Amino acid sequence: MTRDVAIVAFAQSDHLRRTDELSEVEMLMPVLHEVLRRTGLQTSDIGFTCSGSADYLAGRAFSFTMALDGVGAWPPISESHVEMDGAWALYEAWVKILTGDADTALVYAYGKSSPGELRDVLTRQLDPYYVAPLWPDSIALAALQAQALIDAGATDEPALAGIAARSRAAASDNPHAQLKGSVPPGDYLVQPLRTGDCPPIGDGAAAVILAAGDRARELCDRPAWIRGMDHRIEPHSLGVRDLTDSPSTRLAAERAGAFDRPVDTAELHAPFSSQEVVLRAALKLDDRVRVNPSGGALAANPVMAAGLIRLGEAAARIHRGESDRALAHATSGPCLQQNLVAVLEGES
Amino acid sequence: MTAAATPAPQTLRAPLVVEFPFTRSLGPVQSAFLTGLRERAVLGVKGSDGRVLVPPVEYDPATAEEIRDLVEVGVTGTVTTWAWNPAPRRDQPLATPFAWVLVRLDGADTSLLHVLDAPGPDAVRSGMRVRIRWAEERTGAITDIACFEPYDSEPTAHVTGHSGEFADAVTGIVTPARLDYTYSPGRAQSGYINALADRRTVGERCPSCRKVYVPPRGACPTCGVATDEQVEVGPRGTVTTYCIVNIKAAHTANLDIEVPYVYAHIALDGADLALHARIGGIPYDQVRMGLRVEPVWAEDGRHPDHYRPTGEPDADYDTYKELL
Repeated sequence: MTRDVAIVAFAQSDHLRRTDELSEVEMLMPVLHEVLRRTGLQTSDIGFTCSGSADYLAGRAFSFTMALDGVGAWPPISESHVEMDGAWALYEAWVKILTGDADTALVYAYGKSSPGELRDVLTRQLDPYYVAPLWPDSIALAALQAQALIDAGATDEPALAGIAARSRAAASDNPHAQLKGSVPPGDYLVQPLRTGDCPPIGDGAAAVILAAGDRARELCDRPAWIRGMDHRIEPHSLGVRDLTDSPSTRLAAERAGAFDRPVDTAELHAPFSSQEVVLRAALKLDDRVRVNPSGGALAANPVMAAGLIRLGEAAARIHRGESDRALAHATSGPCLQQNLVAVLEGES
Repeated sequence: MTAAATPAPQTLRAPLVVEFPFTRSLGPVQSAFLTGLRERAVLGVKGSDGRVLVPPVEYDPATAEEIRDLVEVGVTGTVTTWAWNPAPRRDQPLATPFAWVLVRLDGADTSLLHVLDAPGPDAVRSGMRVRIRWAEERTGAITDIACFEPYDSEPTAHVTGHSGEFADAVTGIVTPARLDYTYSPGRAQSGYINALADRRTVGERCPSCRKVYVPPRGACPTCGVATDEQVEVGPRGTVTTYCIVNIKAAHTANLDIEVPYVYAHIALDGADLALHARIGGIPYDQVRMGLRVEPVWAEDGRHPDHYRPTGEPDADYDTYKELL
C-alpha cells in the first residue's frame, strides 16, 4: 500500500543552557501541547506515539518512561521509543503510518545535557573495547575530522569560522535558538576547533505530528509531504572511514530521492562547523540552496532532539510557503557515523 | 532585598554519581589483539579486500563475513590526522596536554585511535612518524599502549602472519566508568521533597480530571497536562494491597529490617494514587487490606521510615477499590 505521509505540525522549546527548575516532562509538556494545538488534535486522537532520548544524559535508567506522563498514556496507547535522536523516532512513525497501522503519529524528543558533563557522557556511546577506555570526547573526535579536512584542502580555519558566523547570524530570526548573532570564534577547545566551531550545550525538546493523505490536508493548510526518507551507517571504527567524506549520507540521500530534483532548502544536522563541509559535499549542495536558515545545530543542539528539529524546521518552512522542496538531515554518533535524509515537498 | 523576605521555594540539586564496571567477554579476534598488547605485539586482521585492519574487527566492514586471518604489524607508524587537546579530562590517557591521533601502524591499512605525547601543537603534523610507548604494567587492554611518541624512522613493511595464540589469553575486560551529574528533580518533585522535610506529604491535583497524584511529577499521566495545584494528603492512609517479604534486604540502609516484613500500597487520605512503604508495629500475618495506617518518621529522616496501624476500624473496600 502506498500512502502519502506529511509533517503537519512542529513545535520546539526555547533552548537554554540550563533548566534546573524543570524535570524532563515539565520541559517537554508545553511543546507537546503546542504541537497538538496547531492541529486541534487531542492526545486521544493520536494513532501512534514515538520518542527519542538517551538515559545517559539523565544518568538514570528508563528515563523516558517519566516523560510519557506528558502524552496521557492512559488508557493505554500505541507507543515506542528509540534511544537515539528523535529523527529516528520519526522514521519509525513514518513506517508505522506507511504500513497502515496508524493515520496520525506524535513524535517527540528531548535532551537535558545540563545535569552531566556532556563531553564525558557521550564517550559512553563509543566502542567499549578499543575506544571508550581512552575517553575521547565528542569535540576531540570532531577535531580529528576537522584536521583531516584541512589536510585534504577541503576547508581552513577561516572558512570554518565563516560557517559558524553564518549559522548564528541566521539564528537571529529564530526565537528558540540558544546562540545567535555575532559570536566570537573563541579559543581552541581541541585544535583545530574553537569554541565557535562547536555547538552550545543545552536543554531542549521538540515535537512533530505526522498524518497520512486527506487527514494531513485537514490538519494543515500546506502539509510538508515526506517524498522519501532513508538512513545509513558507516563502520564504527573511525580509522576505517575516510573522515573527509560521508558515503552514508550520500546513499541515504540517493535512496530518499534527494538527487532527483534540486532542493531549495537544506536543514543539516552538523553540530560542528567542519561537519557542514562534509555534508554539503556529500549532498552536492551548491550556493543556490539555503542551508540551515534556522541557524542549525551550531545555534542550538539539544542532544537527541537536534536532528528531529532539522526535520521540523524544514517542514515549517514548507508550511509557511517559504520552501517548496526541502532536504532534512539528522546525524547520530561521532564524526557523522549515522545519517538520515528526508525530502519534504509542499504542493503548490 | 531584606533579611525578612521569605525565600522562594528552591528547586533541589544534589550530586549524582553513576559508576559502573562493565565486564565484557572478548571474541577470538579481540582476545588476540588485547592479549598481544600485553605481550607488546600489535595484531591486525586481513579483510576480504586484502587490507590489514588495525585494530582488528571480527566482521569484514565490506562483506560482513567473519574474519580471523590474524597478522602482526609494526609498533611504529604514521599519523593520519590529529587534534591538539590543551586541557586533558579526568580519565584520558595523559594528564599533560597531548594530541589525539589516528595512527596507521606500519603494515596496516587502517588507523588506530590513541594519544600522542608531544611538547605542543607545533610538534605535531599529519604524516609524522611515531612509535608506541608501552605502559609499564599491562593487563590486556587498549591502555597497555600508554601513548604514542614522536619517532624519526622510515616506514617498514612489517607484516607477518600470527596464530593469535598466547599462553594465558585475555578473554574478558572490565572497563570502569564514572560519570558525575548534578541531579535536579524539577519543580513538582522538589515541592514534594521539601514538604517531606516538614513531615508533610503533598500531591498535585490535575486541573482536568481532578485526581491528586502523590508523589507529584508535574504531569497527569491520564490527561497529559501539567499539574500545579498543591494538595496536602494524609498523614493517615489505607492499605490497599500488600506482600510479605521473606528475603533479607541487601541494601546497607535496610540491613536491620527483620524478615518477614510487609511491603504495602498505601492510599493516603485525599490521594488518588497509592504510595508504597513498609508496614511496622503489627505482626506481619495480621496486616490486611483496608488496614488504617499512619507514618512513623525516621529520626533524622526526610521521609517516613514505615507506616503503623492507627487503631481505627478498617476502611470499607468500596472506599479504596479504585486505588488498587
